[in-house]
Amino acid sequence: MTASSPSRPVVELDRLTRAFGGRTVLDGVSLNIGRGELFGLLGPSGSGKTTLIKLMTGIDRADSGTVRLLGERMPQLAMLQRFGYMAQSDALYNELTARENLVFFASLYGLSGARRNERIRAALSVVDLLGHLNKPVSAYSGGMKRRLSLAIALLHEPELLVLDEPTVGIDPALRQSIWKELLAMRDNGTTIVLTTHVMDEADKCDRIGLIRDGRLTAVDTPEALKARSGASTIEEAFIVLGGGVRS
Amino acid sequence: MRTRALAIRIIRQFVRDKRTLALLFLAPLLVLTLMNFVFNGQAVKPSIGIATLPEPLAAKLEQAGAEVAAYANLEEARAALADGRLDAVATLEGGAPSILLEGSDPAVAKSVLVVLQKALQQDGPGNSPSSAARMQPRVSYLHGNESLTSFDSFGPVLIGFFSFFFVFLLAGVAFLRERTTGTLERLLATPIRRSEVVGGYLTGFGLFALLQAALIAAFSIYVLGLYMDGSIGLVLLMNLLLTLTALTLGTLLSSYATTEFQIIQFIPLVIVPQVFFSGLFNLDAMNPWLQKLSYAMPLYYGADAMRGIMLRGEGFADIQADVYVLSGFSVAFALLNVVALKKQRAI
Repeated sequence: MTASSPSRPVVELDRLTRAFGGRTVLDGVSLNIGRGELFGLLGPSGSGKTTLIKLMTGIDRADSGTVRLLGERMPQLAMLQRFGYMAQSDALYNELTARENLVFFASLYGLSGARRNERIRAALSVVDLLGHLNKPVSAYSGGMKRRLSLAIALLHEPELLVLDEPTVGIDPALRQSIWKELLAMRDNGTTIVLTTHVMDEADKCDRIGLIRDGRLTAVDTPEALKARSGASTIEEAFIVLGGGVRS
Repeated sequence: MRTRALAIRIIRQFVRDKRTLALLFLAPLLVLTLMNFVFNGQAVKPSIGIATLPEPLAAKLEQAGAEVAAYANLEEARAALADGRLDAVATLEGGAPSILLEGSDPAVAKSVLVVLQKALQQDGPGNSPSSAARMQPRVSYLHGNESLTSFDSFGPVLIGFFSFFFVFLLAGVAFLRERTTGTLERLLATPIRRSEVVGGYLTGFGLFALLQAALIAAFSIYVLGLYMDGSIGLVLLMNLLLTLTALTLGTLLSSYATTEFQIIQFIPLVIVPQVFFSGLFNLDAMNPWLQKLSYAMPLYYGADAMRGIMLRGEGFADIQADVYVLSGFSVAFALLNVVALKKQRAI
């Protein structure tokens, strides 16, 4: 069995359960995500999206169930090199400039010299920040910080991108351009897993998983979900399939 | 109305934060208890070694409140003095009493001299003036001299203490920030090893710690004129070891704090007790089993070595035990840091 056989899913989650101090945050989540897929995890805040992302990336360990990433059993240190990650909060060093932040993270991924500079420029041009390379991050707006975080995730050209709420706080025009880039990367074969609670973003995903109270309530293409629930929008579909709104 | 609402909110926050509450009420008790142990113990008895001293004079020294140990000859007594087992050696030289003081603690030297004075005065009224002159003791010092001030004596401890204290705070807060701003989580989503994180912190902070140690030591010696009898290189080495211990301890404890304020709360729990046991205060008056607590305090070893180097001109051979213990503390805390990081990342 070869780890990188094209038929093998990039992400394989099998009956994952995770509890914090007696409170079950994830309850028996199973999910496969194929190569080159743009997969969206959709759910309200507190539904377990971020916990699922952390289990997937091996930052956290599941109480039961297994995680396989690119065929490898997680958590595993070497696998942290294989995906790009963007956390929900902008994890940037505000005292440093954008370049210093990028150089730091690039070095952690083993990039150096001309190759590092080249990747920094490439990643920054994707998020349209080339003009602000030498500004301290503390002078960045919220949207710029979000874009810089995305650039850091792209630095080492990973085959899998894991993005936790990548477009929070980004204005509509820029959001559109980021989505254009995400779709372009997907078309080049990069697998992308992202979380969102913006319903219209979910429409752009190849498949979405609806998550609520730690359970995956439905996984399918946006069209199929809408058809299955008889709804015209993902939002309505979410309410129907997710078990209704609770205040 | 608003004041009331605000007051209620503050009270609620306090009640939620059990740690702050405990600090507020228990920490002062802890510090006061320590002070009680330090200042309220048995009376200090200077220990004086005697060699070739007439029996009546030895008895008088004992009466005056000294602990007297007899030695067969002056060499043996001097060796005991150099080892720190004695505070002074008294002999008779050319018919006059002569006292050699250990000298590195002015307070102890003073108490020896007071005891000696008492003993000689007891020689009694009615003695001829010529005999009083004969009994005027000759005083000499093994370390330091009579102009050694209290500051000279506890200065070396203070140098170590300040390095320790500020690096502890700084490292604790910096590591906490890394955690609360999410950068630690982001850092740990890269293929960096937990040991590399700890190593990076040690190197980065270690550089500043070394600079700080050099600055404090140079300032104390060259600007404040602190008594310095040993090698500046050894002083820096000890200071660096102390700050590395502070650094690893600070980052370790910051794993158990959620705000900067909670880091500050470690000061009375971790820093203040070390001050009491560091040698700033003479512990001879303290209950002997309580004195043993000092073996658990990193600052005790740092201060012991710093004093040895600066006041007694000790070389590496004399302080190597302190060097090994402090290195051991640093390594142990660093390893615990690596383990504590597991809380942040499973692998």
